[in-house]
Amino acid sequence: MAHAHESNTKRIWTVFGIMSVITIVEVILGIVRPEFLEGHVLGMKMLNWIFIILTLVKAYYIAWAFMHLEGEKGSFRWSIVLPLLILIPYLAFILLVEGNYIHDVYHDGFVSWDF
Amino acid sequence: MEATVTTGSEEKVWSGGNEPLGASYGKMMMWFFIVSDALTFSGFLAAYGFSRYKFIETWPIADEVFTHFPFLHGVDAPMYYVAFMTFILIFSSVTMVLAVDAGHHLKKNKVIWYMFATIIGGLIFVGSQAWEWKNFIKGEYGAVELRSGRILQFLDATTGERVALADFAKPLHGERVTQHSNEGVWYESETTLSSFSVEEVVAGFEANKNIVARTEQSDEHGKKIILSREQTAERLSQATLVVEGANLVHNEYGNRLFADFFFFITGFHGFHVFSGVIINIIIFINVILGTYERRKSYEMVEKVGLYWHFVDLVWVFVFTFFYLV
Repeated sequence: MAHAHESNTKRIWTVFGIMSVITIVEVILGIVRPEFLEGHVLGMKMLNWIFIILTLVKAYYIAWAFMHLEGEKGSFRWSIVLPLLILIPYLAFILLVEGNYIHDVYHDGFVSWDF
Repeated sequence: MEATVTTGSEEKVWSGGNEPLGASYGKMMMWFFIVSDALTFSGFLAAYGFSRYKFIETWPIADEVFTHFPFLHGVDAPMYYVAFMTFILIFSSVTMVLAVDAGHHLKKNKVIWYMFATIIGGLIFVGSQAWEWKNFIKGEYGAVELRSGRILQFLDATTGERVALADFAKPLHGERVTQHSNEGVWYESETTLSSFSVEEVVAGFEANKNIVARTEQSDEHGKKIILSREQTAERLSQATLVVEGANLVHNEYGNRLFADFFFFITGFHGFHVFSGVIINIIIFINVILGTYERRKSYEMVEKVGLYWHFVDLVWVFVFTFFYLV
């Protein structure tokens, strides 16, 4: 065991509190959808950036606290996390750029909306 | 990279038993499985993103699709139900990690109760998802599919509210019945007929002067474009099918791919939750039988815990990309 067996109960409830607050904020933003967050920043709506960043924060807490990556050896932790950190953004980047390109091809005159 | 250094004599290194990464075999394999499964889910979600970017102007608005909450019929309640499901899953993750924590201290009774709570949470989540699917499949308002495969949804021109087909379609008392394979000449059958035919919807549209339709197309503010009476009549002349609810081929919510991705991704996730519950039950029984008490190690609880947290982790992303963004 890489980690000591002291009780983590307090930490667990703290993390639960943080994740609950994040989820509540997400839901409120999702229902209200404030006008001032609809503006585009770096090609995406500000609101969507907020949602994605909050999701990544939640993912961090699940992996680090609940799945106890913070207690594993550094080499083990990064051999798990790094492949995902490299491959997932790579895949998302390629597919989203390609999807956007196909959208533009369709949009610029190849598909009619008249029928 | 402290872990690559192995100390001790050479016999010790090559005779096994050393753990350079500080994790036991079973736990490491669980992690490797999780990494590969995470990539599978990323593939699905990225494919969803691809199709959504491709059809960005015609993609359905999630807030208008998932509006149900138990015991609140006809109340427009977007987000609340998924928020509830998310909380259930996060909370069951908390009880799971508490069970793992109790296992480290070899407190059998605590492990039993926390695992029990986790299983209950998992069952509630799977049940909730089934209910969500039921509503999605059944549909709410109904729509008409055009020759192009596009969907026309109907609304009240004065209020701008959606109108169900049942509220305006004019029954024409046709003779048409569902064809079953045991009655057809060529043993052909068909799926259940929709409650209204295209002719009935068109007749209802002509009889009710304040019914207009909207297309899948969104304007620059993300609102679906509403047609005028004349435009609606023109589009309706190309109607081929009445669509109620959703399946893998047609859906009343808009772009066909939306339903396909919804079924596929939430279905795959729901299957993970379901198998997680089964695995949890097996370990739960083992805990009750005292297997891990005799082993003086509750590592098995930790391993299923990893899987359970992973399911929660995936849901966090599905929640964001299906319901929020």
